[in-house]
Amino acid sequence: MKVLVPVKRVIDYNVKVRVKPDQSGVDLANVKMSMNPFDEIATEEAVRMKEKGAATEVVVVSIGPQPAQETIRTALAMGADRGLLIQTDQTVEPLAVAKLLKAVVEQEQPGLVIMGKQAIDDDNNATGQMLAALLDWPQATFASKIELNGASAANVTREVDGGLQTLEVQLPAIVTADLRLNEPRYASLPNIMKAKKKPIDVKSPGDFGVDITPRLKVSKVTEPPKRQGGVKVESVADLVMRLKNEAGVL
Amino acid sequence: MSFWLTEEQEAIREGVQRVCDGFTDEFWRETDATGTFPEPFVAQMAAGGWLGAAMPECYGGAGLGLTEASIVMQTVAQSGAGFSGASAIHLNIFGPMPIVKFGTDWQKQTYLPPIISGQDKMCFAVTEPNSGLDTSSLETRAERTNDGYRINGRKIWTTSAQRANKIILIARTTPKDQVRKPTEGLSLFYTDFDRGRIEAKPIPKMGRRAVECNTLFIDDLHVPKEALIGEEGQGFKYLLQGLNPERVLFAVEAIGLGRAAIAKAAQYAKERIVFGRPIGQNQGVQHPLAKSWAELEAANLLAFKAAALYDAGKECGAEANAAKYLGAEAGFHACEAAVLAHGGMGYAREYDVERYFREAMIARIAPVSREMILNFIAERVLGLPKSY
Repeated sequence: MKVLVPVKRVIDYNVKVRVKPDQSGVDLANVKMSMNPFDEIATEEAVRMKEKGAATEVVVVSIGPQPAQETIRTALAMGADRGLLIQTDQTVEPLAVAKLLKAVVEQEQPGLVIMGKQAIDDDNNATGQMLAALLDWPQATFASKIELNGASAANVTREVDGGLQTLEVQLPAIVTADLRLNEPRYASLPNIMKAKKKPIDVKSPGDFGVDITPRLKVSKVTEPPKRQGGVKVESVADLVMRLKNEAGVL
Repeated sequence: MSFWLTEEQEAIREGVQRVCDGFTDEFWRETDATGTFPEPFVAQMAAGGWLGAAMPECYGGAGLGLTEASIVMQTVAQSGAGFSGASAIHLNIFGPMPIVKFGTDWQKQTYLPPIISGQDKMCFAVTEPNSGLDTSSLETRAERTNDGYRINGRKIWTTSAQRANKIILIARTTPKDQVRKPTEGLSLFYTDFDRGRIEAKPIPKMGRRAVECNTLFIDDLHVPKEALIGEEGQGFKYLLQGLNPERVLFAVEAIGLGRAAIAKAAQYAKERIVFGRPIGQNQGVQHPLAKSWAELEAANLLAFKAAALYDAGKECGAEANAAKYLGAEAGFHACEAAVLAHGGMGYAREYDVERYFREAMIARIAPVSREMILNFIAERVLGLPKSY
């Protein structure tokens, strides 16, 4: 079974983001970029499937500018087999990403797509669901555990508001990875060296006949309001009074 | 040579950083306080394949150059591991080079893979109590026997000898009065660390307690013929080839340590409020740290230039020596500035910078003194008469 893992190049999770002065977006100049952490978890899961013999090949796809090759290379260093970059400098919205991924899925015919539940830059949490809808495949989102039943079905444990829910999905399916699915490995030096020799195919959105023209317009980006400092209360009675009168929560 | 890292070098830096992230300041503080070798750290570096960065690919290494090895070692030191972390693996990086360059195929196949995997732990015994930097005057003797050599002598400052199961050592095989030049007649051996024949005594020292240094007493150590690396009598020449990479590694490690120190100091200066404002708002606190930054970055450029020259197979003696000198001085001054920026807290172990300060002295002294470096530059670069 082939596993497809879409990965996105995003601002590193350690970086404190700054809004551009004209409020048109976030300042990306000279900012460290990394693989979306949820995509790292998805890659790890796919690589583990391959190591257990459940998957035969792990293919990584990214959509974005030329440096997204580095993100693909990171996944290859973790153990994925080959990469595909759909190169564009344009903003690609979730629906366009899903359409491109659909085209890739039709070409690659994977038995399973594992992807991050959302990207930490725009936090849309939409692409996995849209891709499942476009393909008319089963979907299991927010996975914290994936158990394959051969190549025909999978039991996926999902983290939902009330607790854990386990779904059985027929394969091929879309699974989106949540934080607790696994702990991604560090790339070892021999694997970084091997990754250099693994192939990365470069295509353009046009090659897949997908129109990626944005449909949404960003009107304004603002920083969250600065948090006010807390106050120390003198006594429990004071606390209760303030919760009642000032915070209005009692 | 490039002024910034390639994609692959960046991946290397990040890979090492990720391993280091698992080892906190508390961990290193504890190894220093108790003198415990950082085994879990070394095990993880070995598992990630980092020990073999500069070793040939066919023996399990990555076949990378001094530039990449420098990135690995600097990342380790800069993570806060300092010399406690760097010295724990330093020897693995270029130490086995004499075997790589001058060993037979059998020696390479037998000796290298277990070193690269971390299974064999080696130490490197060159310096002696009575010869110091005057290596050609060393007194350890290796006499031929029917099936190998018998070695007797003393060594000093042998790092990690308590933990090692292998040793590379240099000994005189032909007496000094029977060779044309005093640098001839010395031979390199790689052999088992036989504790029945070698007594290793740790030297109580100023810093880096986690990685011990020893005096060795070698008493009738028998080694087989296969222990001899390269030709008999050529050991000094083989040793010389490893000197420049060694200097570059010391430079980048000291620079990494200095960077860690000023990062700590800047953080503290931002948070510490005195007279109603952060102390880091005072130029008296800012300038020593800013100056250190400038000195560290300048030294770093020269160190990576030396590494690039070495990797291109070009002469790099002057650059490697100067980088070691500048890197060690800049590292030391950065650590000193960091302790002073912390005020009283800089003297407390809890803030780590006093540990860095103690460790920073290592690179000023080892593997060669500042004075000998200046002698080298005066003689070889400026063409002045030899002074010693």
